[in-house]
Order: sequence, then structure tokens, then C-alpha cells
Amino acid sequence: MRIFTIFLLLAAQFLAVSPARGEEVDVSGSIELQVRAFWNDPAWIGQDDQALQGTLVSTTEFRWRSEEGNQRASLIPYLRWDATDSDRSLVDLHEAYWAYEGRDYEILVGSNTVFWGVTESVHLVDIINQTDFAGDIDGEDKLGQPMVSLALQRDWGEISAFVMPYFSERTFAGVDGRFRPQLPIDTDRAQYESSSRESHVDFALRYSHYFGDVDIGLYAFSGTSREPRFVAADDGQSLLPVYDLIDQVGLDLQYTSEAWLWKLEAIARDGYVSTFAAAVGGFEYTFYQVSESSADIGLLLEYQYDGRNELEPITIADNDVFLGTRFALNDVQDTAVLAGVSYDVRTGETFVNIEAERRFGEDWFVELRVRAFSGAEQGDATYWLQQDDYAQLSIARFF
Amino acid sequence: MNCKKIVIWSLVVGALLGVTGAVYAADDMRGFEIAARSDRTDVGFGDSEVELQMVLRNAAGQESSRSLRIATLEKPDESVGDKSLVVFDTPRDIEGTALLSHAKILDPDDQWLYLPALKRVKRISSSNKSGPFVGSEFAFEDFTAIELNKFDYTYVGEVPCGDLTCDVLERAPRYENSGYTKQVSWVDQTDYQIRKVEFYDRRGDLLKVLEMSDYRNYEGIWRAHKLTMSNVQTNKQTDLLYGTYEFGTGLAENDFVKGRLSRLR
Repeated sequence: MRIFTIFLLLAAQFLAVSPARGEEVDVSGSIELQVRAFWNDPAWIGQDDQALQGTLVSTTEFRWRSEEGNQRASLIPYLRWDATDSDRSLVDLHEAYWAYEGRDYEILVGSNTVFWGVTESVHLVDIINQTDFAGDIDGEDKLGQPMVSLALQRDWGEISAFVMPYFSERTFAGVDGRFRPQLPIDTDRAQYESSSRESHVDFALRYSHYFGDVDIGLYAFSGTSREPRFVAADDGQSLLPVYDLIDQVGLDLQYTSEAWLWKLEAIARDGYVSTFAAAVGGFEYTFYQVSESSADIGLLLEYQYDGRNELEPITIADNDVFLGTRFALNDVQDTAVLAGVSYDVRTGETFVNIEAERRFGEDWFVELRVRAFSGAEQGDATYWLQQDDYAQLSIARFF
Repeated sequence: MNCKKIVIWSLVVGALLGVTGAVYAADDMRGFEIAARSDRTDVGFGDSEVELQMVLRNAAGQESSRSLRIATLEKPDESVGDKSLVVFDTPRDIEGTALLSHAKILDPDDQWLYLPALKRVKRISSSNKSGPFVGSEFAFEDFTAIELNKFDYTYVGEVPCGDLTCDVLERAPRYENSGYTKQVSWVDQTDYQIRKVEFYDRRGDLLKVLEMSDYRNYEGIWRAHKLTMSNVQTNKQTDLLYGTYEFGTGLAENDFVKGRLSRLR
């Protein structure tokens, strides 16, 4: 609750200070109601057995830019309240930064979100922000990352450096919630390899540019792994997340030609006990204006490889083929559907994911997600999710 | 047929081809010159920024609107395209979505899309020239900078247009993946500005009519402030209502790089 008070004070200050300078604070955001429906009974003792799980999410964006345009600030408190699983409730500052922009550089101080990567089925190289796994198991929900960053723009590309003085732990469902292993994860007793724990200072350096039809990104990261391993607690009643120190280099590459997008992401990591490589690559091909309509249909194929051993943090994207399709109506309401299936070539596990979205009127946005797991045996990476097939309807009002 | 006849026939056919070829060439030349004169009234604008409303209207008359900003950097060399940045302010759910284009003349443009929800910069295929731009009646190819050398021109004639007289030109896209076989444009003889364009689809049928009006002069640079695109096949319509242009705002190459997309808000 302390952090909540801090951002309210910050917000108040924002609103109070800026009009005096004749500069405007732009306020926008959304309120979203999510309802999840599970059609299988929960797998583990302690999980709530109601079929419906309701969640309320509020995102408010305060943005300010100086009259000259070279300074800006952003404050985005994110609040989530879950009716079933209190561990899924969350208060986070998705953004809380001040930035100064020169002709060919930018300095940013505060909390921000940075995305790297090109592929669709897994975001392998993306590393700056912690994943809000309790928010969504697809890894696309992120927590704000405190940082000081410097970006330099040159003719030959952009170099950006990040110093990250504070670490946020991954969020997980609680005892009551779905999407957890048999033993619940006790996030209050996380362990760290670094003796300075969450205050260990992490570094990252990235180069990004394009050469004709090829876009490239290269980076090096040194610091606390965003992915935890798990160890059993002494009492054997829960799992404790362990955050190791890692060094990682990453590459993202896209070749764009006509309706083809060829994509590759690769990393090499010096992890907990060993050094390993992982990669995901494939293509997206789009048929534009199918049978003389406005609609586009895209086909996606990606292969995921991960060379880590069983002592490293668990991954489900180790030897999987992803086949997907993207359907965009290109109508006034931006109606779109993304559907895909990941199939583990070795174990036969499958993961089906369907996301459909549409705007209603000017300010309402509705999204339907269906996710289903199958084919896992005991010991497989998705075994603990086998009962957690669900459909989620979310209705958001933007302002 | 003996050799002599073949020679004579060849001469006749050759002469005919030559004459019609010369007529076509003269019309092409005149068409290009009128288009070039119109295009060159724009030379030297440097850079511009403008806010606009896009109003979409379906056949039943239902409206929805979007507000956006466009920044443009002129590349004076006619063999290179301009750079532009389009940022959406509404609808709110796509606020901050941005499209960065480095226009080329005949090669596909370089384009990057910024998706604020994920803060993701995505290089996109620009071969989708004929697809609708954000659900409107404007196709991508109508919306990105119209470059002189993207078309072949033919002079058709002159007609009155409002209080003015317009030269009528046919222009055929030289670039690939266009949704049009031809466009017919009306260029006035006073200020050399485009007043109207008809778009013909791949079957050669009239598809859309664009009317450009409310021209204002910014120290020698003309800008239309109302563009109405009417689809005559579906009866849908999109209006673009421009605010006041600002020129010489100091935009530079570094404002049109993909790394800037995440810093626009």
C-alpha cells in the first residue's frame, strides 16, 4: 500500500505543478472487466473450484511534455483486483519516468517498459521487464522496470544502455488460483543468488538498426534472471522462486520482402549451472484483400528450440512447432482474430490459443481469449496446467 | 507475298506505328509536364506538421472518427521519397499507434508500425498498397506521399472545374501491387493544384472519387484542408479534415527513425 500512496502523491503533484507552467497533463486510460470461465475442475488441493473468476483492471496514464517538446514525463499506475485469488491482485507502476531528448540522444530516468523481439509464438529475447505471469500466462503482460537509460542515435544505428538498480519478482497465482504447480509458489520467500537480492544492479547494452529489408537487434545483458527456478521449501509445502545471476546475449532479425516476414530470435545464456542457447525462427506470410474483400489472412509458422537442461528455469518452448493464422477484417472496428497451436515435437504436448478482438463505438473494446492444453504426461512442462483450459471475455472502456 | 510487298507493308505499318507513337509521346510529355508543374509547386516546403480528423461514414450514414497527426520531412531529390510519421490520438484504444514510412519511388516503401500496448516496433510489409488504411476508404497507396515519378502520365484535355479550368490527366501506377489500373486527375491551370481524382479498379471500373478542397496558401505552398474520398461501389465515404499546417518546425532525419517510435508520447 505504501507504493500506492506514493503514486497518488506523485499524481497529485503532477496535476498541481504543470498547469502553472502552461503545459498540459494528458490523462487517459481504461477500466477493464475480465471474466474467466474454466470448464475443468482444478487439479490441485487448495485451488478455488468456482467455474468463473472475475477481475477488474484499471490503467491510468498521466503524460506530460514540455513546451519545447524535449522533456516528457509519464506516470501509469496499474491496479488489478481479482475476486478469487488475492495473489493475482496487483499494484504496479507500469511507467513513472522523466526523459530528456536531445537531437541525437535521450536520457530516461524512472520506471519504463521496453520490448525487444520479432517473433509471435514466444518472446525469447525480451528481457528488460519482469513478466506479470499472474496477469497473463502468455508473457506479454509486464511490470515496470526502474532504470536509467541512455539512447544514442547515429547514422549507423541506435545504441542504448540500461542501468537497472532494482528488480521486481515475477508474479504468480496464489494457492486459490489456477495456473500453478501442485505445490503453490511462495513469492514471499524468494531467494537470490546475489547477496544484494533485488537491489543488485543489472546492465544491458543494445544495438538496433536496419539495412535495406533487414532489421537487426543485438544485445548483452548482465544481471538477475527474470525467469526463476523453483526449489521446494524446507517444510515441503510450497515452492520458492530462485533468481540467479546470468549473462545473456541476444539477437533479433527480420527480413521483410513483399508479403513475407522472415523472423529469428536467438539467445545464449550463462545460466545457473551451464551455458546454453535457444532460438525461435519462422515466417509470417499475408494474403492481402482475400477474394476482393478488405480482409487479410496471415499464416505463421515458427519453430522453437531451447538447449537448457532440467536444472535451469523451466520452459515450455523447447522443441515446439507453432502454426498460426492472423485474420484482420480491416474494418472500422479493427476486428481481428489470432489463432495458433504449439505442438511439442518430443512430448506431444499441445497448446491452443485463440484471441479475437473488436472495438464497439469509439470507446469500448472487447476481447475473447480461449486457451487449452493437452497431451502432457506427469513430468512434462505443461502437466501442471492440464486442468486450466479457459475462455476469457474482457470488456474495456477507454477514456 | 513477294519481298517488295513485304517491304511496302512494313513501311506502311511502321509509319502508322510511328505517327500514333509520336502522338502518344506528345500527350505523355504534356501530361508529365503538367503533373511535374503541379508537383513542383510543393518543392521547398522542408518539413510540416499537421493534425487532422478522419471521419468514416458507412452506406447507412453512420459515422465514426479518428484523430491523428502527420509529420513529413521533404526529400528534395525527386528520385527519393519523403519520410512521414502518422500518429493516432483516437480512438483511445489505439492511442499512440504510429506508422513510420520512408517512401521510395518504385521500390516498396520501408514501413514500421508501433504498437503501444506491447511497446513493440514492428517492420511491416509495404506490398499491401491497395489495402484500406485503418478501415477508411483511403488505401495505403492513396495516403503515403504521392511522388511524381510513381506514375506514367497521359494528357486527356481540359474542362472547367468550379471557377477554374482544369487539365485532365490520366496516370497509371508504375509501382507494383497497386489496386488501380489508372487514375484520372484534374489539375487547375491557375494554382496547379489537384482538385479531383478518379480511381479505377483492377477490372477498369470506377471505384472511388477523391475531391480536394479548401486550399490554403502558406507563403507559396498550397495545401488542401478537406479531402473527401467516396467509394462509388459501396457508397462509403471518408473525410480528412486538416487543421492548420506548421512548416519549418525543425524536424530532422532523427525524427524519422524507428527508435523514436517509442518516444512519441
